[in-house]
Amino acid sequence: MATLTKQEIGTVLAKQGILIAFALFMIGFTLANAKFLSPDNLFSVVRSSTILGVMALGVTFVVISGNLDLSVGSMMSFSTIVVLDLHDKIGPLLAIPAMFAMTMALGAMIGFLVGYLKLNSLIVTLGMLSAIHGLTLTYSGGKNMDIDNKDGTWFDVFGQGSALGIPVPILIFIALAALLGLLLAKTPFGRKVYAVGGNGTAATFSGIHRARTVFACYIISAFCVATAGLIQASRSMGSQNTVGQGMELEVLAAVILGGASLMGGSGTIFKTVIGVLILGFIQNGLLLMGLQFYVQFIVTWIIIILAVWLDIAAKRGRLWSPIA
Amino acid sequence: MKTGALSEALKKGGIWGFIVLELIFFSVAGQFLSLSNSAFMDLDNMLLLLKQSAPIGIIAMGMTMVMINGNIDLSVGATYAIAAIVLLDSMTWPIFAGLGDWVILMSWTLALLVGTALGALNGLIVWKTGVDAFIVTLGSMLGFRGLVFMFNGENPTSNLNWTLVDFAEAEVLGLATATWFLLAVTLVVWFIMTRTVHGRNAYAIGDNREAAVNAGIRVGPHMMINFAIIGFLAALSAVVFYSESGSVNPNDGQLFELWVITAVVLGGTKITGGAGSPIGTFGGVIAIQLLRKGLGHIGADTSTVNLVIGLILIAVLFIDRQLNVKGKQELRI
Repeated sequence: MATLTKQEIGTVLAKQGILIAFALFMIGFTLANAKFLSPDNLFSVVRSSTILGVMALGVTFVVISGNLDLSVGSMMSFSTIVVLDLHDKIGPLLAIPAMFAMTMALGAMIGFLVGYLKLNSLIVTLGMLSAIHGLTLTYSGGKNMDIDNKDGTWFDVFGQGSALGIPVPILIFIALAALLGLLLAKTPFGRKVYAVGGNGTAATFSGIHRARTVFACYIISAFCVATAGLIQASRSMGSQNTVGQGMELEVLAAVILGGASLMGGSGTIFKTVIGVLILGFIQNGLLLMGLQFYVQFIVTWIIIILAVWLDIAAKRGRLWSPIA
Repeated sequence: MKTGALSEALKKGGIWGFIVLELIFFSVAGQFLSLSNSAFMDLDNMLLLLKQSAPIGIIAMGMTMVMINGNIDLSVGATYAIAAIVLLDSMTWPIFAGLGDWVILMSWTLALLVGTALGALNGLIVWKTGVDAFIVTLGSMLGFRGLVFMFNGENPTSNLNWTLVDFAEAEVLGLATATWFLLAVTLVVWFIMTRTVHGRNAYAIGDNREAAVNAGIRVGPHMMINFAIIGFLAALSAVVFYSESGSVNPNDGQLFELWVITAVVLGGTKITGGAGSPIGTFGGVIAIQLLRKGLGHIGADTSTVNLVIGLILIAVLFIDRQLNVKGKQELRI
């Protein structure tokens, strides 16, 4: 215990590397700018990360089960547009469940194609990215959606309200993260998700219904996307058709940064939350240092590759790849 | 035995059958639905279609090589934008001031070199770190886009050189310059993949990397060469397109990777590597462009195009799966 061998240090670094990196970033940014650690700033960063974060929670399930979901961005646009449109037609009380049902129906479709028909998830969700984008444009006729009477509705509570001094979107994010974290870590279903992603064949032989598990993961992902769409719609009270465009890859970056392997079988909700926060704080910290917004793209590039590289380097016990 | 032959024929000729179907459908439907009087299968229309296929098509040839090799490249859209900016910006650099029209040659070379270098950088990282290509290029998609913004912020970069525009708008034997580039690239990539050692090794690596290593093939350099080639082709695509348009926005090329991958998969290349052909990809590119034009011809708007292409992609995947005995379908990324 007293003396750590080199290998043990390596294991600790590999397991907790993302936390250590997170701590280093926080210290660095605090030294660079005193305003960084102020409660106001911290709150605003977490608040602006919630939409990305909520989506990343769902995608974590999909990635752990060994699949990908590239359709979350256009699905988020869809749910935002739908809920804004229905808000004026049937009122918020009915619009929200209707939007959740429609979004989760799309999730069920993907889950069916990937889970039961065993189609490649990358291509299926790539196709759905395009198809759902088309569906959204058809639904809205290409026009922006706006709520007519912005003052006469309680719909803004999800994006702009606050309870106990904490913004509601943050509360939703925390609650959902806790719920899904428990589901993944403490329930038989969670164990099945890991088993299916780690070794699908072995999971099938041990009596786990693989297709059903994958299907459920996509439903969870769609539920998270619908929640993100609700927050987005409620925050802006109006939206373009392309509000979620490109977010699928940002979400995936956050999940990967959190240490989930694209091969499936590893990752946790907690680490994904850290991944989301790292992306948010890097963006904020670099802006506070007076750098242009695009510098974060370059920094994120380097961090993603370094994070995954060090992770697999620790696992294989050598820095450079054995590929000849 | 019969079913095997049938599935083989469907796999090989599927995309061409699909194109013929599209042509018939849009020609017939156009008679009833189109607002214009011109026929869909008009020669001018088809030549324009070939020209419009070039930007996506040229990159898709590179993607075919990378995907046959068992990798993927998500950063092509950003590479495309960088090359475009280098091309247009470098023509105004003071060091090239005294060159007259020779500056075009310098700018072309520079843009192509930058594209090749960025592609090679991706390949080198994939090779040396062993990080999956999906993650590496997902990262560089962001990073390269950051580099694009470093040039000129959010402003467009514009520089119209009339000699260059004349060249890009020239027509030789009835085909536009861009079309010639697409055809030439298709031919060269086909030659590399079927007639050279590098091509055969790329197939072998994509099919079974373990076996390729055991057979003494050096996996890393082959992967890096393919990434360098796709970087070069992304730059070439930009160079051909922006010679004519002369103005590039920092967001140009976004979502190109998705269109390109769609075309390549429609053309029959396996996402897991080891199978596919540039000729099939050419068919995939044409099929997508036909769909866009055809749906426009019968009065559907862009939203329908997105919807239809997405569903067709999934349908193709499903049919492909039914035709192949199970096995190689697992996601290997």
